[in-house]
Amino acid sequence: MGTILITVGTISSITGILAFLLSLANRTIANYGEVNITINDDKEYVVDGGDTLLSSLIENKIFIPSACGGKGSCGYCKVKVIEGGGPVLPTELGYLTDDDVKNNVRLSCQCKVKENIKIEIPEELFSVKEYDANVDYIKDVTPTIKHLRFKLPDDEEINFKPGQYIQLKAPKYKGNSEEVYRAYSIASSPFDTKHIELIIGYVPNGICTTYVHQFLNEKDNVVFNGPYGDFYYHDNDREMVMVGVGTGMAPILAILNYMKAENINRKATFYFGARHLEDLFFMDELENLQQELPNFRFIPCLSRATEEDGWDGEQGRVTDSLKKYLENGGNKEAYLCGSPRMIDSVVDILTNKGIPKDLIYYDKFE
Amino acid sequence: MEINPVVILFAAIFTNNIILTNFLGMCSFIAVSSEIKTSLGLGQAVTFVLTFTTVLNYVIYHHVLEPLGLESFRFIVFIITIAAFVQLVEMIVERYLPNLYYALGIFLPLITVNCAILGVSLFMVIREYNMLQSLLFGFGSGVGWTLAIVAMAGIRKRLKYAKVPKGLEGPGITIIVTGLMALAFIGFSGIVQIQ
Repeated sequence: MGTILITVGTISSITGILAFLLSLANRTIANYGEVNITINDDKEYVVDGGDTLLSSLIENKIFIPSACGGKGSCGYCKVKVIEGGGPVLPTELGYLTDDDVKNNVRLSCQCKVKENIKIEIPEELFSVKEYDANVDYIKDVTPTIKHLRFKLPDDEEINFKPGQYIQLKAPKYKGNSEEVYRAYSIASSPFDTKHIELIIGYVPNGICTTYVHQFLNEKDNVVFNGPYGDFYYHDNDREMVMVGVGTGMAPILAILNYMKAENINRKATFYFGARHLEDLFFMDELENLQQELPNFRFIPCLSRATEEDGWDGEQGRVTDSLKKYLENGGNKEAYLCGSPRMIDSVVDILTNKGIPKDLIYYDKFE
Repeated sequence: MEINPVVILFAAIFTNNIILTNFLGMCSFIAVSSEIKTSLGLGQAVTFVLTFTTVLNYVIYHHVLEPLGLESFRFIVFIITIAAFVQLVEMIVERYLPNLYYALGIFLPLITVNCAILGVSLFMVIREYNMLQSLLFGFGSGVGWTLAIVAMAGIRKRLKYAKVPKGLEGPGITIIVTGLMALAFIGFSGIVQIQ
């Protein structure tokens, strides 16, 4: 009995002393007092020093896109720091290009606010808001893909460009001990400012996709922020080549819905890739879009169609259909969405067919 | 027989290099060895933490755990001490030595989980070193670890231009190279005896 008490007592007191020392240090050494953040020489915020720039900005409801939640592993949260950020840290270097370093661009999740700091962010990030929405419905569209619609609170609306994305928050749930944000493209028309629709595929062990596929129910509360992204519809007369695989259909749908609502009748072709017949979804919607937009053509293609599928459409990967149907040259621009590998190989084909690189817009889903 | 502390220092650096003979601290060794500058920074931080935690753990082990007969709890206690020490050092360096912080402070959190640190504290107990021996053993192990990771970073820089079979790229070839380096270092292990 005595031994047990001595053991517990000793280890607890060692731990206790260390914990006391640490909290004391946290109060005194790591306390930087109040500091100012000046954004675009215009707005000023007072925050408690010592935190990262990213979390200090989030506290003030300014949302910088970040997919990893501030762990320094996605490299999205770049911000131009004009004054007071200290030197670039080794943990950032892997994500910054030489130009970034020259222009004082930093990763806001690594750069700490310890003194007054001046930063520059794109004006449109001020329109990024965090929304508390409700799940209108969740539907299975394929065995692994769900279609969701969120309803915004009555007094709020969202304005976005077709093709942009939001970041959905996955809360803590059984088996997941941390809150993370994950990016999903909006599939609905930007004219519906009261709702957004998402298409979310299941990724085994994915924190957010597991939340959506196994824990999220209709009427539940969800939190997301946005809109973000430089992948969106460009208004001109060029012929459009759209390529999407799996959930990469989402931003393309938003663009098509926008074109339908605006009655834009540009020549457009959507090459959609899936594996099996059961992986195709929204076929009726796309059929309707073909009716309403006479210059729009939809080409689905299956890479692993079996005989039972009885598929009489295109077979092979989207790249095969592109090689087959896309004509050389002409005044075209392209919108690509899907896995980085698919995009890289499609970009190769498109440039070979004479579409300049700066007219190929893409959104890599990682 | 009492081993000369200076011998322990050199043995820890060369013949009994903690990473190349005990394979401790492999995770950061492989993850951070892609650039010489960063690996040097991490190496310095490891050396610093190793030196001080070894002494700290020596004091705690011989003056708290041993008298109370709690030697078997050294694993837990050492880990807690290391974690707390690293946290504390990080805060102090960040506040008062900003230049040092930008050079190596950023690696400090990585070090808490570096097995080499715990390994050295445990070896110190098993090999019954005294205070001075422990100090030099800790410092030498740190220098040895730095030497190994900087050498590896240099080799990996060259490897970028080498034709490595696809399946061995990255960590695969690094582990093979580590093995070859280990062979070279162990070749001299007969020169000194430190346990």
